[in-house]
Amino acid sequence: MSVPGSYFLVLAALLFAIGALGLLVRRNVLVMFMCIELMLNAANLTFVTFSRMLNDIGGQALVFFVLVVAAAEVVVGLGIVVAIFRRRATTTADDLHMLKG
Amino acid sequence: MSAPGAMALLAPMLGTVGLVDRIVFVVAALVILTGAVGVVLSRNPVHAALMLVLTLFGVAVLFVEQQANFLAAVQVIVYAGAIVVLFLFVIMFLGVDRQENLAEEPLKAQRPLAVGLMVLALAGFVALIVLGHWSVGAHSVAGAARDQKGGDVAALGRSVFTTYLFPFEATAALLVIAVVGAVVLARRPQQGGPPELDDGDSDADEADAATEEEVVS
Repeated sequence: MSVPGSYFLVLAALLFAIGALGLLVRRNVLVMFMCIELMLNAANLTFVTFSRMLNDIGGQALVFFVLVVAAAEVVVGLGIVVAIFRRRATTTADDLHMLKG
Repeated sequence: MSAPGAMALLAPMLGTVGLVDRIVFVVAALVILTGAVGVVLSRNPVHAALMLVLTLFGVAVLFVEQQANFLAAVQVIVYAGAIVVLFLFVIMFLGVDRQENLAEEPLKAQRPLAVGLMVLALAGFVALIVLGHWSVGAHSVAGAARDQKGGDVAALGRSVFTTYLFPFEATAALLVIAVVGAVVLARRPQQGGPPELDDGDSDADEADAATEEEVVS
């Protein structure tokens, strides 16, 4: 294997930072969800890289579980977005101030 | 052909394999970063979803490059095949697939603050993984990943069905809960339900009543 694991780790850190930046900057709830997926993928890439560097299958098994949790999270999250859209007809996070006490 | 002869013949090709690995990494990294920046910067949610596919595909390529072949296949099937399709379905179902103005920003300080915070976080990540000498820890605790009989699929299967059996069963419960939750959340409110659920409709009714009154007067 010729590409050092450190390259993958730095790339994953960059990907995570871009995803977190998008989550902070964007207002559209759907795009914010996509940014969360970017961050999850960065974590998955890190897991697989460590799995290769330490020769341990546990990292790959954990990626498997992260995939399942990500799928469940997206299903519930999009269900919430649809339910909110029924009441407010908006997907902008700023317009959801009715949750304020 | 004798083994040393074969090795001598293969040596330049092995060098080429290393070069190919590097080229694949660089191309995949560019694809990933292009897709990630595209998700953050695209005005149209549909374009953002397609950019997300680009990133997911690049990550799958890097999985293959690190001998995680099964995970690469699962990544493409689950993420590109299911999650992004779900995103696109919801975007088109709600009809929010139009341009939005990214220049509009109610909180003035948020963007510079977010960029500064993320640069700081990135520096922190890189400092942490460099200070940790990139990776430390015990090797092959949960079983070796490389050179296993049956490849990474068999190794992953053995791991998931022995060491991680309880979490694996728990994910089944999690998926059932998620499906039930999604059905309950996305169900259309029944007729004669709680009055506060008809918030938008009642506003519309009031508006209709107002116009009718105007017409009458």
